[in-house]
Amino acid sequence: MNTAPIRLTTSFSAGLAILAGAAAADPDAELVINDEIQIITRAEAPAHLEGALPEIRSGWTFRTRETQALQMDDFENPGLSAAEMAIETWETAEGSAGKSCADCHGTVEEGMRGVRAVYPKWVESAGEVRTIEMQINDCRTNRMGAEEWKYIGSDMVNMTALIASVSRGLPMNVAIDGPAREMWEKGKEIYYTRVGQLDLSCASCHEENYDNYIRADHLSMGMTNGFPTYRLKNTRLIAVHDRFKGCMRDTRGVPFDIGLPEFVALELYVASRGNGLSVEGPAVRN
Amino acid sequence: MEFTRRGAIAISAGFAAALMLPTRAARAAIDEQIAAFTGGAEVGSGGITLTTPEIAENGNTVPIEVDAPGAEEILVLASNNPTPEVATFRFGPLAGKQKAATRVRLAGTQDVIAIARMGDGSFVQAANEVKVTIGGCGG
Amino acid sequence: MAQDVKPRVRVPKTASAGGSVTIKTLISHRMESGQRKDSDGNLIPRSIINRFTVEFNGQNVIDVDLAPAISTNPYFEFEAIVPETGDMKFTWYDDDGSVYEDVQSITVA
Repeated sequence: MNTAPIRLTTSFSAGLAILAGAAAADPDAELVINDEIQIITRAEAPAHLEGALPEIRSGWTFRTRETQALQMDDFENPGLSAAEMAIETWETAEGSAGKSCADCHGTVEEGMRGVRAVYPKWVESAGEVRTIEMQINDCRTNRMGAEEWKYIGSDMVNMTALIASVSRGLPMNVAIDGPAREMWEKGKEIYYTRVGQLDLSCASCHEENYDNYIRADHLSMGMTNGFPTYRLKNTRLIAVHDRFKGCMRDTRGVPFDIGLPEFVALELYVASRGNGLSVEGPAVRN
Repeated sequence: MEFTRRGAIAISAGFAAALMLPTRAARAAIDEQIAAFTGGAEVGSGGITLTTPEIAENGNTVPIEVDAPGAEEILVLASNNPTPEVATFRFGPLAGKQKAATRVRLAGTQDVIAIARMGDGSFVQAANEVKVTIGGCGG
Repeated sequence: MAQDVKPRVRVPKTASAGGSVTIKTLISHRMESGQRKDSDGNLIPRSIINRFTVEFNGQNVIDVDLAPAISTNPYFEFEAIVPETGDMKFTWYDDDGSVYEDVQSITVA
């Protein structure tokens, strides 16, 4: 159980890292979207981390200047084009009840401001911790009489992007106590468990090696305040569970399944590591 | 199977170095494109600014800008993409500046080349190397 | 007509006569390069926006030929002179023959 392999890689890339770090990224840059939405990209580490991180930083602070610029203006942010497509869906009646989201929730701004900041959360009426996707599907099937959306399909990710966008600036604040505690503890355990042929846990990269390079990727702290995220690599919006799955697959192990309790628990835990950072979604990342 | 991490790094370094050189075929394709654009005329330098990042975060979306005051047309090529053409900008009478920005795909580290045909029929060129990294852990 | 192709443009609503304004345009389009292979190993055919033109009251501002090397969701930023009040017309041409348009009015103060 050693981290020597990763250190070897980073020492090899040290030359490139120094060049890349100095030339391209500015960790102290400030993020203000559209000259009006102030985004907290660095904050005090939440108490529950018990000193595991000296501070918490949004993934935005690890990206090159060019990538950072794409998020500073709603027009430039390709993730927002996708979110805009969801506005029409929001206003369109669907399902046997003949209702649209707007019929119950009003405009997205009215109905959804503050929502992204507190999810995943314990939903008393359902007796479980839910992600926004689970809550959307519950509304669709039980209240609209419409069909469930595929968890990481484009309908769902466009809608979660829209819902996130109206909370931008608000600090993430997921509850980790009370009925959510059990799931949170489970998520924490998953976070620190090494998996796969490469024997890596989330912490191996995002806690022990953030700011280092793994081959040519500049490792962030793995925060989820920017999700769903427009990834330049995929040129589309990516949901949290989609990213979790990819990360696990890259350890050369068998990932957990999208939408199932392990990833829900992990999402709750990872979100809590970012409590205090602003909601940024849809963010732009590499 | 003996597969040390050092071995893996050495192999990937060699591979990456190899990728930096345009193939003979790519060089020929570029020369052909430039000759077609200039009609074989001499290409000077100066009077054209090509702005590109030093290192592209991801080869899928690389922001570039070309600016050549007085140009009628600017051709942009990528020296080591599967095909070199990127875009051709033609500026009309209502262009505020002979300047344009866009986002391009680069298949690997290579030169981005911009050639402008100026109002007086002359040609000028600028080229920048853009480093495009192969990600480590894309997910 | 390709799926979900949506143009958006950012144009100032007013300008001074003869002044220059910055214009940004984006169109959501996959820009299938023709280089990718599907899961069976077959090449996915090229399908891109191949041309983009901008006109103001019938006069040309910019005319761009796009190659597959232009990124997904083609983005362009450029400057235009606004001699008088009028309409800025944006046109994108798709390989499949579709033509997408957007028109924005600019008022000269």
